[in-house]
Amino acid sequence: MMKLDPKIPVGPLETKWDRHRFSEKLVSPNNKRRITVIVVGTGLAGASAASTLGQLGYQVECFCFQDSPRRAHSIAAQGGINAAKNYQDDGDSVARLFYDTIKGGDFRSREANVYRLAQVSAQIIDQCVALGVPFAREYGGQLANRSFGGVQVSRTFYCRGQTGQQLLLGAYSALCWQIERGQVTMHPRTEMLDLIVIDGQARGIVVRDLVTGRVSIQTAHAVVLATGGYSNVYYLSTNASGSNVTATYRAWKQGAAFANPCFMQIHPTAIPPGDEHQAKLTLMSESLRNDGRLWVPKMAADHRPPGDIPAEERDYFLERRYPRFGNLAPRDIASRAVKTVCDEGHGVGPGGQGVYLDFADVIERQGQDVVHERYGNLFDMYNRITGEDAYHVPMRIYPAPHYTMGGLWVDYNLMSAVPGLFVIGEANFADHGANRLGASSLMQGLADGYFILPYTIGHYLATAKLLPVGENHKESRAALQRVTGRISRLLNAKGRRTAASFHREVGKFLWDHCGMSRNKAGLELALRSIPALREEFWRNVAVPGSGEAFNQELEYAGRVADYLEFAELLCHDAVHREESCGAHFREEHQTADGEPTRDDTCFAHVAAWEYREHAVPILHKEPLAFEFVQPTTRSYQ
Amino acid sequence: MKYTLKIWRQKSPDEKGRFVTYEAHDVGSGMSFLEMLDSVNQGLIAKGEEPVAFEQDCREGICGSCSLVINGIPHGPDRGMATCQLYMRRFPDGAVITVEPWRARAFPIIKDLVVDRCALDRIMQAGGYISANTGGAVDGNVLLIGKDQAETAMDAASCIGCGACVAACKNASAMLFVAAKVSHLAILPQGKPERTHRVRAMLEAMDREGFGSCGNQYECEAVCPKSISVRFIANLNREYVRAGVVESGLPAEPESPHAESA
Ligand SMILES: Cc1cc2nc3c(=O)[nH]c(=O)nc-3n(C[C@H](O)[C@H](O)[C@H](O)COP(=O)(O)OP(=O)(O)OC[C@H]3O[C@@H](n4cnc5c(N)ncnc54)[C@H](O)[C@@H]3O)c2cc1C
Ligand code: SF4
Ligand code: FES
Repeated sequence: MMKLDPKIPVGPLETKWDRHRFSEKLVSPNNKRRITVIVVGTGLAGASAASTLGQLGYQVECFCFQDSPRRAHSIAAQGGINAAKNYQDDGDSVARLFYDTIKGGDFRSREANVYRLAQVSAQIIDQCVALGVPFAREYGGQLANRSFGGVQVSRTFYCRGQTGQQLLLGAYSALCWQIERGQVTMHPRTEMLDLIVIDGQARGIVVRDLVTGRVSIQTAHAVVLATGGYSNVYYLSTNASGSNVTATYRAWKQGAAFANPCFMQIHPTAIPPGDEHQAKLTLMSESLRNDGRLWVPKMAADHRPPGDIPAEERDYFLERRYPRFGNLAPRDIASRAVKTVCDEGHGVGPGGQGVYLDFADVIERQGQDVVHERYGNLFDMYNRITGEDAYHVPMRIYPAPHYTMGGLWVDYNLMSAVPGLFVIGEANFADHGANRLGASSLMQGLADGYFILPYTIGHYLATAKLLPVGENHKESRAALQRVTGRISRLLNAKGRRTAASFHREVGKFLWDHCGMSRNKAGLELALRSIPALREEFWRNVAVPGSGEAFNQELEYAGRVADYLEFAELLCHDAVHREESCGAHFREEHQTADGEPTRDDTCFAHVAAWEYREHAVPILHKEPLAFEFVQPTTRSYQ
Repeated sequence: MKYTLKIWRQKSPDEKGRFVTYEAHDVGSGMSFLEMLDSVNQGLIAKGEEPVAFEQDCREGICGSCSLVINGIPHGPDRGMATCQLYMRRFPDGAVITVEPWRARAFPIIKDLVVDRCALDRIMQAGGYISANTGGAVDGNVLLIGKDQAETAMDAASCIGCGACVAACKNASAMLFVAAKVSHLAILPQGKPERTHRVRAMLEAMDREGFGSCGNQYECEAVCPKSISVRFIANLNREYVRAGVVESGLPAEPESPHAESA
């Protein structure tokens, strides 16, 4: 039976991390050379962890499926990264960033983790500056800030609309240095397809070389997963098309627990979906809500052009419902409000799936040049995709799956339920509770990779008993067998349907029944339908080509196969959580005016699921104790 | 709308490639170029044929994965955008479109439209970084950086490492890429201590990888999805000359307070 001990240090919140670090054992420099650590993933979390571990003297084997580590999905983050620097002297502090994040997460995250995140946030900015990240500056040369959804202070650091790119290039350059020094061996175009667990410890992975198709075993003393989120289970999302659940899902099947999989962030401002060939949804940065106003026509099915609708016939629904935060209401709340007005027939654009995001007021107040300077690249992007000029007609936006708060369960040391398997970045569940605030994922990825994991993994490596293992160990061979078996099953199905058609179908199912709002009947319907789809997949999927060569369709089909299993886990979690909290909105649990009702008596816990073969997964509950903040109703009204 | 596509197919690095003609039917004007290729591929897969291999990931013009030469131009007909940002409304109904991979000695073909661009990463590993250990960094506001300086560094740092500049160059030179990377770090005070080593090491790596030399034709700037300016090539040349001066022991222009640690 799985036991989940979060290992939260006792004592005052402010000193937990310092005391914990001091009590941790260190690995001596000589021994570090003899220790190999596998890092899967080169996004912000993986690249920062791999480079720091290399710098500390470990031998690092680092993997990504792209052709270059610098193409990881983190590159696409636009808006910015938070840090409690209080450079604006507007009342920010570690305590406030902590509180905003806990509250933003609707009191479903661990206090100790979140406090530590807020504590190291300031260091992240300094580290990035040292690596040459060209953050926006004021005329006087100081770092500039902007404010971002869900908070009332200005603590977001940014590089135009390309913050993720610049932070990743910084972490990548640190990685390059360690590769040059021989501390990190980089394996691009290599996909992890299984985890090797020996004597209860994570000791390696099975990988496939995506160019030659060769499947091989990599063993090590510990394994770090930094493989990102699983929003693409919905088929259409804002994520890069390669982002997927395979690494964490396969680790789950080998004994890691999956925590809060149903906590799925739907971002309010993406470009609405077009035709059925659409492959992804494009995010319009949240920063647009600083100046843009959301509205729909007051009259349902009003097809007049936006310019012909006078002010008094417009419903600025966020300003109306949430006067205090207005257009800056947090993501989950804004997304649901958009869905509500569209469901009531006020949506605009094709299929009524869209609301206006209007810049007319700020353009009138401050001029088009100011708006151009702030958001020029986003307006260009919008124009390219839709063919419309948002300086003159309002943008149309609609919510889209964007980020996964859920992920593999980890303790305070970022170690999963399998000793020696660490999980960092979006791949773990740790810090964002039931909803993530803007600009805090980049912060978490770099906090985990630069400043937290390198300490905590040291203690594990210094204290765990790690016998030599190799490729010929029976568990290694068994893992290899699992992988080759699946590959040949995929290639031999020789069916008629493409993997994408299954992916689209399961994604649509989830979007309809486990999306922005959920109810028991819909979820149960999904749970009944998914197995049949999965069964058809294995019978009827078409994967041309061979396994011993570059074969993109084979890679993709393997990921879709995992989505078809994972979708069920997502629904199980959503069924179990009989409350509405953060991004998880159960229709059965709302007030008369449609606000969510959280249930702290029964659901103030992390839901961590344990895999069981051919059976419903087992639910374990990690209670969330709030010693330092009092959970309140999260009101943005 | 419908189109005739002439696409480069090549099974593996050693096999000979050739153009194969495909028809794309029912293409909506709102479809992106890559979505159009997706739908051609869906048709091929359903028939049990191997789909056309091409690279993509973010589909937002930022990861630098997509890399197609469309009608002879890397990233297609429009300036300042990557292949994934190209929409079919740009092409008249019935048009014939040729699609080829990046072609350069340093970028061997892996399959169809996919090439190996690791040479760019090896240039980065040769010196495209600041050796700053994790931990112990000073406060980000200790060294002030003027807004203009930060913006110029950001202009250079916008490079997405796609390699279109190489594909467009008659000599298959990677000068624009290297110029962007060298300039980004050389402009910032944090990058100054290692600037001499950096520029030399990266240019040497560029030669080693088999990229050609710059012919000052500026096709690179024209195809660059981030419109990286060739002014940065001039800057790279200056950095290189300066490195020569520093190496020779003659006094280079002083740059206090962040002078080099040489
Ligand atoms: C459009 C967009 C904009 C965003 N903007 C912001 C923002 O402004 N601020 C903010 O804080 N957050 C933002 N986010 C969220 C943030 O970008 C991500 O949550 C974060 O970058 C995730 O980083 P990561 O390192 O955990 O994973 P990723 O960057 O997703 O990296 C995953 C890595 O794992 C590798 N990998 C995965 N599976 C395997 C496998 N099986 N084998 C081998 N390698 C594998 C990949 O190759 C990749 O290197 C945004 C997200 C999107 C989609
Ligand atoms: S300079 Fe431009 S074309 Fe060359 S790699 Fe960078 S972004 Fe691509
Ligand atoms: S797919 Fe990322 S830049 Fe085109």
